[in-house]
Amino acid sequence: MSRTDVLVTVDWVQEHLGQPGIVFVEVDEDTTAYDGGHIEGAVKLDWKKDLQDPLRRDYLDKTAFEALLSSRGIANDDTVVLYGGNNNWFAAYAYWYFKIYGHRDVKLMDGGRKKWELDGRPLSKDAVDRPATQYVAGEPDLSIRAFRDEVVAAIGTKNLVDVRSPDEFSGKILAPAHLPQEQSQRPGHVPTAINIPWSKAANEDGTFKSDEQLAALYAEQGFDDSKETIAYCRIGERSSHTWFVLQELLGKKNVKNYDGSWVEYGSLVGVPIEK
Amino acid sequence: MCGAPKQGGSLAGIDLSTQTVIQGSVWHDGAPVAGAYVRLLDGTDEFTAEVVTSPEGEFRFFAAPGAWKLRALAPAGKGERVLEAETGLNETTVVIA
Repeated sequence: MSRTDVLVTVDWVQEHLGQPGIVFVEVDEDTTAYDGGHIEGAVKLDWKKDLQDPLRRDYLDKTAFEALLSSRGIANDDTVVLYGGNNNWFAAYAYWYFKIYGHRDVKLMDGGRKKWELDGRPLSKDAVDRPATQYVAGEPDLSIRAFRDEVVAAIGTKNLVDVRSPDEFSGKILAPAHLPQEQSQRPGHVPTAINIPWSKAANEDGTFKSDEQLAALYAEQGFDDSKETIAYCRIGERSSHTWFVLQELLGKKNVKNYDGSWVEYGSLVGVPIEK
Repeated sequence: MCGAPKQGGSLAGIDLSTQTVIQGSVWHDGAPVAGAYVRLLDGTDEFTAEVVTSPEGEFRFFAAPGAWKLRALAPAGKGERVLEAETGLNETTVVIA
């Protein structure tokens, strides 16, 4: 696995528009961006409506994921290229999700929607309708997903990487600053976590920093290669971005994303919190 | 949710006695800039949040009292504004040179 296996440039995308066997997928929480103009031929996935279980707090089960991908016209042997807003947070979450269900060939478009827009590349408002498929998902690969008890057990033993902003880590604010701050969680972080904000891994245009810069970043911040790793944020999408960097770009082993993240941990009764 | 909500619009339902709202618009050449990427950086220049401006060029953040920097990025160029926010409404403008 190397960078070119998991990441494509905006140039590559523009050169491969309309090519059979490649499906471009825009993933956003707010899909008005897609509706206002998307990469030609791209289908959309709504992070909340499509990718979250409508009842429980969880991702879709295998059957529902199969139905979703089938309805979007995504086949098992398609190359899926994901992109989205928010510096690819939700696209990275979808990448991790496609990996959970064993999709063979999935990639991120480096820089996401922001890079595409800043370059002034063309967007289309045409409706996209792909013929339905019969998608078959694998059993969930839980080697890349952490649950709350594993996080508590990891205190002082594993790399716990808190990828939120320093002000969220310190408990000064409870959510990224484009959201109202009134929430029920206790502010702070998991004891012994190191704060390496996801944003340090990205350039201003949303592209990932070079492998050399990324390797230096985590080494400088005290990331221990001999230990297993759990990354978390608030709801698991920014930590998917860091999970992607650590496991897919840097090739680190035994990295899990804790998608319960601070919304869950900061609400647990009796667990230790540091500020 | 972490996705940026629609920018601009009313502050109805937001308690300005507890929230620290930083809002304003992005301008270039005497006109508001729609679709600009505006980042809120903390006192150490670290990323805190990013939104895309509304059709009227508006942005809004929910922060905390203290020193902040706004940085706007658009195809037309970049602009910055440093501010000291207090609890309540803090309004400002970022100009792209």
